[in-house]
Parts: sequence; structure tokens; C-alpha cells
Amino acid sequence: MSITADTVKHVANLARLDIPADEVEGYVEQLSQILGLMDQLNSLPTDGVEPMSHAVEMLMPAREDVVVNSDARDLLLACAPDTEDGHFRVPKIIE
Amino acid sequence: MFSDPTVLSISQLAESLKKRQISSEDLVNSFLERIERINPEVNAYITIDRAGAIKAAQDADNRLDAKQGGPLTGVPIGVKDLFCTKEVRTTCGSRMLHNFIPPYESTVTSRLKAAGAVMLGKTNMDEFAMGSSNETSFFGVVKNPWDLTRIPGGSSGGSAAAVSAGLGVAAIGTDTGGSIRQPAALTGITGIKPTYGRVSRFGMVAFASSLDQAGPMTKTAEDAALLLQAMAGHDPKDATSIDSPVPDYMASLNDGLKGRKIGVPEEYFATGLSTDVASVIEEAKKQFQDLGAELVPVSLPTTKQAIPTYYVLAPAEASSNLARYDGIRFGYRCENPQDIKDLFTRSRAEGFGSEVKRRIMLGTYVLSSGYYDAYYLKAQKVRRMIADDFKAAFTKVDLLLTPTTPDTAFKLGAKTDDPVQMYLSDIFTINVNLAGLPAISIPCGFSRDNLPIGLQLIGRPLDESGILSAAHAYQQATEWHTRKPVL
Repeated sequence: MSITADTVKHVANLARLDIPADEVEGYVEQLSQILGLMDQLNSLPTDGVEPMSHAVEMLMPAREDVVVNSDARDLLLACAPDTEDGHFRVPKIIE
Repeated sequence: MFSDPTVLSISQLAESLKKRQISSEDLVNSFLERIERINPEVNAYITIDRAGAIKAAQDADNRLDAKQGGPLTGVPIGVKDLFCTKEVRTTCGSRMLHNFIPPYESTVTSRLKAAGAVMLGKTNMDEFAMGSSNETSFFGVVKNPWDLTRIPGGSSGGSAAAVSAGLGVAAIGTDTGGSIRQPAALTGITGIKPTYGRVSRFGMVAFASSLDQAGPMTKTAEDAALLLQAMAGHDPKDATSIDSPVPDYMASLNDGLKGRKIGVPEEYFATGLSTDVASVIEEAKKQFQDLGAELVPVSLPTTKQAIPTYYVLAPAEASSNLARYDGIRFGYRCENPQDIKDLFTRSRAEGFGSEVKRRIMLGTYVLSSGYYDAYYLKAQKVRRMIADDFKAAFTKVDLLLTPTTPDTAFKLGAKTDDPVQMYLSDIFTINVNLAGLPAISIPCGFSRDNLPIGLQLIGRPLDESGILSAAHAYQQATEWHTRKPVL
């Protein structure tokens, strides 16, 4: 599967990364190289193999649905670049 | 009593601390002074927490005076800058988090602090732990204490360089594809990656959640046992942490090698090994036999597929995990965003470095509509085959012995323009993460140009005791781990 400038722009949009026009070719080249490496996997038959998503066979543990965190609103907001009246502030979204 | 306490191991220091022949505060001051002198050259630390370290040392001294200390009380260590530390900046080696001061503490660091360990500071690392050379850090490259023109390995290169250069008695690292073991091998120290789930990931900045695992980086296997004892165990805050009792690693440390069956996987010796690594590992194999182990040839046929498998799965997980960096809630935000999309795309483009962006792009691509089955699902199936290879081998042997890396530390800049060559540096370590197994790297010799070489021992799930005691037996009979670089 080949990577083109359009693929790079499409993926950059999905990943919300601003890739300047003069860097697109570099990505085409490097991603193609890396995907070339990944294409090795196609030489291996995997019919009937169960996909493995996790190293340990376990069920997701459940816990009682009770509040365990204390109110940390101000502490968490203090990490944000821009806040106002107990809220995160962002550029206007709805015209 | 010691001319230079910074050369001692935890077990050596603990004795002197307990007998009050040295105070933790004096010890911390010795390290801080050495860091001030040597860190500018090596760049092992991003942040030094001088005031916090001295305060913690004084608390430790009080406990030691009251005879309430444990084996880690008052012991100064470095912590990879990937563990959230309350009120101490945690950057993950990235501009994205250059100003992030966590409001909470990771489970690993809170357990270590509760055990009395003193954190000197936060160690340098590849940005978001993505790298094998520590050249992708926003805070500059880390240099190998054995040769300052070479890389220390990555991504826990700062932790490795700190231990190797005596800038901490030990350090904590994390390992997603080799990031503890590979730098440990290249800097001549001991590093263990525990079984996936043995150590809580709570408060670790996530890279690839199904592979990330924290572990100690130390001068000896004994020190690794002491630190792991404090770090390991179930944590309700990490749903993937394993709920099973932690054995007493010190109790089994002297179990020895007599009668143990050690598998030697032929695929790790097939091609690409440097002649120096090959001959040093050959010697080490003989040493293991002399110590009573039986070496058994085994095969792990899917070994070669580990790198492509990893470079599908890890970037896929990373692209999801790193979606949280949006320039809104914490971390870097671009100047004067025009609208919300501009805020997202420019904050991320300016906050992440090139390797991180490359992996986000890769991960997004393999997960995108139309490619998911061809790449992601395929890689998950191959991951199963890799894990099954190990399972089959462990029906015949107790441990596996391999080189940790195919070659010694390369020159700074040698692979920065060639991501594929860089990725191949982890060829012997990555398999272990995919299978979730515990593995340790220990020093086993030097190349002709005096660069350290590491040997890897891989164990069954949750058999940290087995690899620690095997490593300890080897270190009792050899002195490679005692060699130190001249700085």
C-alpha cells in the first residue's frame, strides 16, 4: 500500500497535526519506508490465529460504583493554559 | 568512612546507613555535588529536586535514628521523567509537557518514597519514551558515560547514564520495547523489566498501554530485587495490574544456577550480531554452564516479525494515548489560535517533536478506515504467535539467555535520519514486551573499544525471582558489573 502526499495530509488531519507543506514529502518518504518494514508481516500466514490485544489473560475488574476522588477541580484547572471562572477557556466554537 | 559513597550499591549503603556511619543527608549532598559537576556533560537529569531531596533525606535520617528504616530508607535515586511526581515538574522529555506540574503522584514513586527512597531528580529520556538513543528529548541528548561521543541507549537513557556515572545509587525506568534493558546494556548496568502488570502503571505518562512497564535500573541484581520489592504489587488504580502476591525476591536471590535449564534461542544468534557481542556472549554462556546451568538450544521462529509487529501496535496505541494533548487541559498551547482546530493542530505540531509526530502519523494510519485489518489486526495475530513461541519454549526450559542488543552503543547522530535502522536497535528486547514476560539485562563483558555489552535473561510470567537469582549467581562469579566509566 503506497503512501502519497494526499495520504499524509489526510492522516495529519485525522491526528490533528499541522504539517507544513514543505514537510509533507519527508513524511511520504519515511512512512513509506516504515510501512515497507511492516509489510513483512504479510509473508506470515495467520489464518485461524486469535488476535492478541493484551499480554495477560484477564477480565476487566469491576469495582463498586462509588466516588473515590476528592474534588480536585481547582488543582486540575491550575494545569491548564487558559481558564476562566472554573472553566477551561478555548476560542469561540459556535458563531 | 568512604572516600566516595557514590560508587556503592544499595545493599552496601543500606548497611552503613543503618549503622549510622553515614547520614542520608550527607549522602544526598555527595550526589548533588557530583551531579552538579558531571551532569552538564552527561545530561542525565532534566530536573534536580535539591530541596525535596534534602528534606526527604532528613526525614529518612530521623527514621534511621529511630531504628525504623528499611533497606531503601535514605537511598538516593533518580526517577525517569515519565512518572508523575506531585509538585515536581514532569516533562516526559517533551515540549508538550515542559511546564507540567502534576497534582498527583504515581503509584511507583509513592511506594518508593513510602519505603524511604530519596528522589534526587527526574531523569532525561526520549520524548514520550519514543526512541532507542535518547536523542529525541526536548531537553537535549544524553551521552554515554563510557564514551561521551556515543548514545546511552533509550528511552530510559537518562536513568541508565545516571546509574552508570554515579549520579544516583539507582534509578527507575520504563520499558515498552526495551527501554530499560537496551540502555542498561549499553551503559554497563543492570535493568529489569518485570512481567506486564506486576508494577502499577498509575501515574506513568502512557505511551503504549498494553506494553509499558516500569522497573529498576541498578548496579547489581541484588539492588534490582530490593527496589522491585518496593515497586511491585496490585494497585486498584491500574485495572491491568496483576492481583497476585509479590514473592520475597531477596529470599530466593541465592537460589543459584544448579540444575536450571537455560534455553538459547537460535534466532538471536543467526545474523547481525557484532563479533564482539557474539564472543562475549559465548564466554558468558560457558560461565553459566560452569555455575551449574544446563544450556538447551531452542527456537522462537517468529522472532523476526517482532519489529514490524511492534511498530504497528505501539504507534497505534500511542496515537490514541497522545490524543489527550489538545492544548486545552494541560501542557503546551500555541500562541494566538485562530479557532479551535488551529488550537489543536498547531499546539500538537509545535508541542511534539519529529519522532513523536512520526509515530502518531503511523499509528493513525494503521488504525484508519480501510487499513485496520491489513495492519493492526494482522499485527495482533502475529503478536499471539510470538507469545506462543515463548510459551512453547518455557515448557522445555526455565529461562532464556540472549544478547540484549546486537551491538554496542553507536555514535551520536549515527541513526537519527534513518528511523528503520533506529527501530532495529531493539530487535532482541521487543519480543519480550509483546509477550508480556519479565527480563533482565546484566553486564557480561566489554568490546575491544571498551564499551559495555549486556546479556538478557528472560523468564516465565511472574518469575522475576528466577531471573534475579540467575543474574545474581552470575554477578557473584564475575566482576563486569563492578566496572565504572572514568569521568
